Amino acid sequence: MTDSKYFTTTKKGEIFELKAELNSDKKEKKKEAVKKVIASMTVGKDVSALFPDVVNCMQTDNLELKKLVYLYLMNYAKSQPDMAIMAVNTFVKDCEDANPLIRALAVRTMGCIRVDKITEYLCEPLRKCLKDEDPYVRKTAAVCVAKLHDINAQLVEDQGFLDTLKDLISDSNPMVVANAVAALSEIAESHPNSNLLDLNPQSINKLLTALNECTEWGQIFILDCLANYTPRDDRESQSICERVTPRLSHANSAVVLSAVKVLMKFMEMLPKDLDYYGTLLKKLAPPLVTLLSAEPELQYVALRNINLIVQKRPEILKHEMKVFFVKYNDPIYVKLEKLDIMIRLASQANIAQVLAELKEYATEVDVDFVRKAVRAIGRCAIKVEQSAERCVSTLLDLIQTKVNYVVQEAIVVIKDIFRKYPNKYESVIATLCENLDSLDEPEARAAMIWIVGEYAERIDNADELLESFLEGFHDESTQVQLQLLTAIVKLFLKKPTETQELVQQVLSLATQDSDNPDLRDRGYIYWRLLSTDPVAAKEVVLAEKPLISEETDLIEPTLLEELICHIGTLASVYHKPPSAFVEGSRGVMHKRLPARTGSGESTESPDVGTAAGGSAPEAAPSIIPSQGDLLGDLLNLDMAPPTTSGPPPPTTGMQMGGMDLLGGGLDSLLGGDLGGSPAMGAGFGAAPAVMPASLNAPVGGGLGDLFDLGGGVGMPMGAYIPPKIVWLPAMKAKGLEISGTFARRAGVIQMELILTNKAMSIMTDFAIQFNRNSFGLAPAGPLQVLTPLGPNQTIEVSLPLSTVGPVMKMDPLNNLQVAVKNNIDVFYFSCQYPISMLFVEDGKMERQVFLATWKDIPNDNESQFQIKDCHLNSDAASSKLQGSNIFTIAKRTVEGQDMLYMSIKLSNGIWVLAELRVQAGNPNYTISLKCRAPEVSQCVFQCYEAVLKN
Amino acid sequence: MIGGLFIYNHKGEVLISRVYRDDIGRNAVDAFRVNVIHARQQVRSPVTNIARTSFFHVKRSNIWLAAVTKQNVNAAMVFEFLYKMCDVMTAYFGKISEENIKNNFVLIYELLDEILDFGYPQNSETGALKTFITQTGIKSQSKEEQSQITSQVTGQIGWRREGIKYRRNELFLDVLESVNLLMSPQGQVLSAHVSGRVVMKSYLSGMPECKFGMNDKIVIDKQGKGGATEEAAGKSGGGGGKQSIAIDDCTFHQCVRLSKFDAERSISFIPPDGECELMRYRTTKDIILPFRVIPLVREVGRTKLEVKVVIKSNFKPSLLAQKIEVRIPTPLNTSGVQVICMKGKAKYKASENAIVWKIKRMAGMKESQISAEIELLPTNDKKKWARPPISMNFEVPFAPSGLKVRYLKVFEPKLNYSDHDVIKWVRYIGRSGIYETRC
Repeated sequence: MTDSKYFTTTKKGEIFELKAELNSDKKEKKKEAVKKVIASMTVGKDVSALFPDVVNCMQTDNLELKKLVYLYLMNYAKSQPDMAIMAVNTFVKDCEDANPLIRALAVRTMGCIRVDKITEYLCEPLRKCLKDEDPYVRKTAAVCVAKLHDINAQLVEDQGFLDTLKDLISDSNPMVVANAVAALSEIAESHPNSNLLDLNPQSINKLLTALNECTEWGQIFILDCLANYTPRDDRESQSICERVTPRLSHANSAVVLSAVKVLMKFMEMLPKDLDYYGTLLKKLAPPLVTLLSAEPELQYVALRNINLIVQKRPEILKHEMKVFFVKYNDPIYVKLEKLDIMIRLASQANIAQVLAELKEYATEVDVDFVRKAVRAIGRCAIKVEQSAERCVSTLLDLIQTKVNYVVQEAIVVIKDIFRKYPNKYESVIATLCENLDSLDEPEARAAMIWIVGEYAERIDNADELLESFLEGFHDESTQVQLQLLTAIVKLFLKKPTETQELVQQVLSLATQDSDNPDLRDRGYIYWRLLSTDPVAAKEVVLAEKPLISEETDLIEPTLLEELICHIGTLASVYHKPPSAFVEGSRGVMHKRLPARTGSGESTESPDVGTAAGGSAPEAAPSIIPSQGDLLGDLLNLDMAPPTTSGPPPPTTGMQMGGMDLLGGGLDSLLGGDLGGSPAMGAGFGAAPAVMPASLNAPVGGGLGDLFDLGGGVGMPMGAYIPPKIVWLPAMKAKGLEISGTFARRAGVIQMELILTNKAMSIMTDFAIQFNRNSFGLAPAGPLQVLTPLGPNQTIEVSLPLSTVGPVMKMDPLNNLQVAVKNNIDVFYFSCQYPISMLFVEDGKMERQVFLATWKDIPNDNESQFQIKDCHLNSDAASSKLQGSNIFTIAKRTVEGQDMLYMSIKLSNGIWVLAELRVQAGNPNYTISLKCRAPEVSQCVFQCYEAVLKN
Repeated sequence: MIGGLFIYNHKGEVLISRVYRDDIGRNAVDAFRVNVIHARQQVRSPVTNIARTSFFHVKRSNIWLAAVTKQNVNAAMVFEFLYKMCDVMTAYFGKISEENIKNNFVLIYELLDEILDFGYPQNSETGALKTFITQTGIKSQSKEEQSQITSQVTGQIGWRREGIKYRRNELFLDVLESVNLLMSPQGQVLSAHVSGRVVMKSYLSGMPECKFGMNDKIVIDKQGKGGATEEAAGKSGGGGGKQSIAIDDCTFHQCVRLSKFDAERSISFIPPDGECELMRYRTTKDIILPFRVIPLVREVGRTKLEVKVVIKSNFKPSLLAQKIEVRIPTPLNTSGVQVICMKGKAKYKASENAIVWKIKRMAGMKESQISAEIELLPTNDKKKWARPPISMNFEVPFAPSGLKVRYLKVFEPKLNYSDHDVIKWVRYIGRSGIYETRC
């Protein structure tokens, strides 16, 4: 029997023919026709027109035909809900059939038909099937509850199916238990706070018993569920571990990985001096190694997980380096992952072997792999000091091969080695210089320029070398330009006599002919430094740089802990928390490792605290939101630290210069003469890094900043949040009404929206976008409207905003144009945000700096306003303002008048200085604002008014 | 969980598409085709994320199987399921090819409906599935038959049905090992391991309880302490006379009682009928490397290479290795090759950029040699030739790990046949896995 013929008919009038055949009296012909219909459906043809005819074939005693009809129903019922009702009777009847296979089939299929009216009829049969005498029917019904919950959660709760499902956990049949666990876990995920999976020692015991008896898939469901449990103490933890370890010998890799997850998690609770702890560690290594002999796809999943495990508990695999050696025939994705783990496992004991391997890999064919291998050599040098010399000589050998990309990669890593071990390997510089001409990648050019600048005094022709780069200055990438600028300034400071001309040339290129704000800013800083105080310049530019360490590529600990809880899943493959790639509330709940319990704790283990870091404060784990290509991320080995020559250490003279320059730069930006190039946002972000006051605090930084400030001023009061107003009336947007406001919470700007569907139809597929705006506000994530919005439904969402979007000056300055899309249309509206949303947490200026800045800003930039009818005293006003990140720096009382001096920093680095005059008994305040960008004053004043009056 | 499953041919046309979850739209089918099948560059990862939808794929010949999801699924499970799916299809209709899939699409849909429910894998043991998913249409079953089917599909012993009868109770054990080696040009072992499988073909009546024993070091040592003496039943065997071997790790077919293995290290089970892979294991200690390859490559000027390779067999002289093949890679700019070999046949295969030297049979403790002169075209390519390793294939009639089967006992309490009535066959085959020597 060959079915392929069904794929071939594609004539016109086909539907008509099929219709006739479907209504034929002959059973065989009917069946043939249904097969043809399914074949058409598979290739994507629309055969929904045949709905009534196909449904007519449903009442048959031929199981194969019935299954085909059901398949058709599942596909098209949604598009023809009224017709689908015709099928209900048959379903209900089938649910009563004597044959358990048919009962199960009916209940399974019915759950897949997402039509409300059918769902209503499903409840009764489902209730019966959940208590069916046949386990096959029960296990199918268990999954069906999850299906129904996905369609109509309320119905499932109302009908009490959840309780029945819970009862199934005690079922005598292991597969029923497994499916019930799977269904409950899924339902519980969408109700993070419910106590659905009420895991307690008794139910855990049941699960562990079922674990020994059910299918491989059932074991996975149960293990994944167990991993969510937190044992009460270390003894319980140990006993669960003991019962889970046999799973490590299962042939199914997923069972093994899920077991590893449970063990890794529960191990946290075991005291380290326990014998069992050591035994467990030893037991984990062999199965992990065995995973590497699985098929390549599974190897990849295993390797991504091993990467996490090695970071969490390096002791497990420290002796297994050899199994991660790359095989010639490994697929590239396996090779790259193995390389990563090799570097992590590299230690003094095995470094010789590792290096020999890496050298071998550096001669392979795949460019990405070779590059990564070369970088790996550099990382070994940084990680294992004893091997540095050997690494350098290996790199030199590779440079001798003259293979272009190998040479470039080698130079980039040698630069890092210089940073780690200064004044040790500089003898190789000559060899590097020979390869100057072959460098065509920005990163390599930048690295080489950095080396020349850093060691200018040892390179006789450094000026010539740098000059040769200068010719095509404007064609270079920003990275190279910045590096060249710094290098030439360094050269000048080291050999001032011969290079004056060169430095002038580069400064004018950077400040006058460039439209890159970063470059210009840096140019101005150097220029001013050099012209005012060359000694300070020397201290700044030639300052000793902090050493780099190998730990830069480790996954941030809170994220690592979360990922350990997700071993085996996609999150562990992407190395991202589920919230970064899963839509909706599912799996967004952050998982954490359990804290160690006290009972068996040894007093002399100092690392307990760090190991049990899971118990650290609730600080929301910082998430890597980048959705970029995975391999891209992988290859992007942490080159961050050395690319710029490091922020100069603070000196007071320098501060003013820096500010001055920045202010100037920003003024012209806001003036709009450059009109929103995308780089500008980034420019703003980077600029404050030069300002010592904010060295430790990233712009718009989160909790960290709050804690920083905490020492000085105590926790600020809540920020001012304007009341929600209607931005988009329903009339203008085909029934969608949007109202909202802006808030700054824990350093994050949030747009809080209320969406109301006032139309008759369901709205889905919401998305949001901003026009360019004055401060580069942009959504930091998609609009989280997950469920379709039914008629008369309302949903509240809050959208985190970033300030790194494209910039364009708006009028008024705080105007924001927004586009919202849904399945119906795209709608536009504009709204104004209170500028206080942009006041960052580290906006408190030093007194001296404030004073100097105040004097430095020309009086033309000062504007004065009156705030009327405000009945707060000066202290209350001050603390209220602090809640919105307006910081009082000093207070002076002159003739009964309180003068408050305040500073504000905007997210783009603009500083606003204010003087607030409060006279006792006078409800009118006077406020003077000084800022290098006077345009913002009006908005800032509005904020003062709003904050003080609320 | 798995949101949908698609099967494509090499052109990216959909052969099978089954959607389990509402969050997967029809456009997902196209997204995978455009971004992965039609992508110009080599596949960079078996997991692809396109627009917040994750695609897992495996390829069998030129057929693509892709599982789709929008949730944080168990990735290892998805791949295991895809492999299982391939096994099931192969068991039903043979090779996975476009033609076979089109010919059996109704069957595949039926299988997909059964083994994946709402994206959750269900029982996918072919033995059980074949009892009620047949290509001939369902037979009218009696009530007992039906409940037997369902209890088997959901039961604890889902892989075996009751009531199997054979006139002759027979079982075959194959110990299949693949020995992997990476050796430096100087003859230093960089890495070596054996990955082995014990494949069991059983034709036994009823529900037989089996117990399998091998020369596992841990078991032997334990017995040694306990004073029990049991002679190692080693009739066949290759190299050294090792009494026991250290197994690094092993995994078992789901019929094996893992908790019992964990506690007592005994392997007991009720086998599925017919063939099954009872056990997989890995060893790294005291491996008998059946062959040693000694390469010598000399570059004579820019246009000539001289290659000499010696292979030495390292096992009992009475045993014969078969299907020996040595593959010596040649540079891309090779213009001509002259080969002289003492034994077997050697040929330069331009399309594979390699000299392939084949020897039908070779006894233990022998050595053979090949020498070749490779003429090169002068090139201005700066990139050096990567010198891929010399690889080797062979088959030997012993287990390079030293593993020996000590016993396989069969008990069937209900039927009247005993362990002695079962005819048992044991065979050892060692094959080369990735057996490479760098040159």
